Amino acid sequence: MSAESPEPKEQAVAASDDTTAASTEPASSGGDRWREAYFRIISGGWAVSLGAVILAVLAGSLMIMVTDQGVQAALPYFFARPGDTFAAIGSAVGGAYAALFRGAVWDFRADDFAGAIRPFTQSLTMATPLIAAGLGVALGFRAGLFNIGGKGQMLVAAAAGGWVGFGVSMPFPLHMIVAIVAGVAAGAVWAGIAGVLKAFTGAHEVITTIMLNYVAFYLVSYMLATPGLLQAPGSSNPKTPPMQDTAVMPDLLGPRYNLHWGFVFALIAVAFVWWLLNRSKVGFEYRAVGENPDAARVAGINVPRTTVSVMLVAGGLVGLAGVTQVLGTVTTGFSYDIDAGIGFDAITVALLGGSQPIGVLFAAILFGAFKAGGSVMQAAENVPIEIVTVVQALIVLFIAAPPLVRAVFRLPQPGARWTRSSRKEVAA
Amino acid sequence: MKTVMRGVALAAATALALAACAAAPEESDTSSAGDTATDSTTAESIDYTACIVSDAGGFDDKSFNQLSYEGAKKAAEELGAQFREAQSDSETDFQPNLEAMVSEGCNTIVAVGFALSAATVESALANPEIGYVLVDDAADNDFNGEKDAENIKPLLYDTAQAAFLAGYLSAGYSQTGKVGTFGGQPYPTVTIFMDGFKQGVDYYNSVKGTSVEVVGWDGKDGSFTGGFEANDEAKSIAAGIIDQGVDVLLPVGGPIYQSARDAIADSGKDIAMLGVDADVYNTDPSVASLLLTSIMKNMDVSTYEAIMAAGEGNFDPTAYVGTLANDGVGIAPLHDFESKVDPALMTEVDQLKQDIIDGNVTVTSYLSGS
Repeated sequence: MSAESPEPKEQAVAASDDTTAASTEPASSGGDRWREAYFRIISGGWAVSLGAVILAVLAGSLMIMVTDQGVQAALPYFFARPGDTFAAIGSAVGGAYAALFRGAVWDFRADDFAGAIRPFTQSLTMATPLIAAGLGVALGFRAGLFNIGGKGQMLVAAAAGGWVGFGVSMPFPLHMIVAIVAGVAAGAVWAGIAGVLKAFTGAHEVITTIMLNYVAFYLVSYMLATPGLLQAPGSSNPKTPPMQDTAVMPDLLGPRYNLHWGFVFALIAVAFVWWLLNRSKVGFEYRAVGENPDAARVAGINVPRTTVSVMLVAGGLVGLAGVTQVLGTVTTGFSYDIDAGIGFDAITVALLGGSQPIGVLFAAILFGAFKAGGSVMQAAENVPIEIVTVVQALIVLFIAAPPLVRAVFRLPQPGARWTRSSRKEVAA
Repeated sequence: MKTVMRGVALAAATALALAACAAAPEESDTSSAGDTATDSTTAESIDYTACIVSDAGGFDDKSFNQLSYEGAKKAAEELGAQFREAQSDSETDFQPNLEAMVSEGCNTIVAVGFALSAATVESALANPEIGYVLVDDAADNDFNGEKDAENIKPLLYDTAQAAFLAGYLSAGYSQTGKVGTFGGQPYPTVTIFMDGFKQGVDYYNSVKGTSVEVVGWDGKDGSFTGGFEANDEAKSIAAGIIDQGVDVLLPVGGPIYQSARDAIADSGKDIAMLGVDADVYNTDPSVASLLLTSIMKNMDVSTYEAIMAAGEGNFDPTAYVGTLANDGVGIAPLHDFESKVDPALMTEVDQLKQDIIDGNVTVTSYLSGS
């Protein structure tokens, strides 16, 4: 992490001169500082990611510590008997993280291996939509597009896939495949709207994707409350009927585990995005546009078309996340918060994964583990579930803050070297 | 960053030093300062664990999550039982939270809200030895009129009966001859208030020969804000109803009464409001001066009773329907409006309550048939 390796002052100044020189090279220098900061964030190496997770977990322990009643009881007489305070801290923090581990990785209370490994499969289940949606956001990052519309794309995908799932009758594998395709297509179209607006009118994708979240939310809410659309017949609650068995993604490891085939589809998506970005001509165009749209245009790349196609693929990936929710995780019918905040968590996952497909995979599994473990931590130790959310937010803060703060306050950017070398690597 | 860390450490140390001057407690609880405080304080603790899972509203929603939570917690404390809670942030949390409760060894699990219905049924079928209490839903997801798992106790509230009394009272109180209502979303648990309210007003008209009008609910459809947030949408709906000349307003659905309060303040008129779920006079003093009364669903009481019975080994999975007769629903005291309401009217309301309990007056709702 750049902040942890303070350079001698002369060197830092030299580096800053370097950066200024480099950043004034292209014609449009206004958005350039942001572009610069943005690339630092998204290509910020494994050390930053790991460090951010460690710092965030430490900060989480601090919060568990100060909110724990045992610690609060023991702290007033700290100097009289410090051991009590430390014992209380140990039991609060240790207990919380032990419960997190027990809920996310390995249940050491279980009788057999099959029971002990169950939490890990639960983490993978929770990770499934995060992998798919994280890939969608990461792909946008690599092409210089900030897709904040994950919520909307997931909702329309869930609605489309869900409608096919409960409303149409077909034999097993076909029904599931048609439902998946419908959801992925809906997500792609929803993100594609933002792509078209960006490509042909210049409307910023951050604004349009956020606005489309609202459109999707109220559209789906309306459909859920309207008999004949998504609402379950006979009910007046805003909820769909359960999915038909022929559309449900089968369990991957048998009925004892919740892990479903959606996880396999997410892994296929990882391989696909890796191939797309690193081995295909289209992916090269994506990255070229992301690095510098002006240069890409001069080099003969059709930038508007590339923008639309990036958003279509990204939306399709996020759509896959929406479909795995309704056909895999919650098959008993869904309501309007089926996105479960994954559209936004996916941004964190993409950042933590350095916008690399493999990185996204591991970041998503980590977040899936947080989600799965959070339930048990809350149930077993009465640690509020919000701690997990705060830890996730802190991870973003730690990843994003050092370069971002410098860009905002026009401080010299140390570490210009790795930026350039990473650019070289990308170009190679 | 090192400097920052040092600063944080220094601040923390100072705080510790300032806080750490008290004397240590004398006697013998040295071993358990940290974790098992409940074990040492409750002498007669029993081997029973009560658990509760919220819906996305959270346990601080000033509505059914909170009331159920308070009831369950109170029961667990009185029993000396273990108590575990889990909040759900979205519908994907329901099933993992219920599963976590099962693996924590819960004996009874309270699930709050219709949204948890499907997940609760699934969990109940998989764990027949555990008792489930489902608040505000009949646990009937295939709509065949019977609950889907034997070990679920649905807690339902025939709020129409209480709303009937409130409607009668409002009709008698109204000077303009118009009373209004609006809801969050047209869910059965919302419209049951509006429907009972309208029936109460109509009953008043038929008894007194008056023609008090209800604005915002015609018996089938009405005014809804589209959500359960206190936002501009809710406020403009409230203002629209106020503009039609009502002087009693019943907003149904979580915090949207706050928007109604703002709309009443903007109108500058003397309009009384009705609270729902809890006695809002106590839960939110900021609207106390506006409240004619509140239509209460005593979810805390029924959850408490269900847990108490279960803790004593008498879990009874038959559905509970809160009515005026069993005090599961009711109307709150008039509080500040005591002086503004004709005592004769209150006598009539009390008589009406007795008539409903005795079956002389019928209030219809989707729960009254059962």
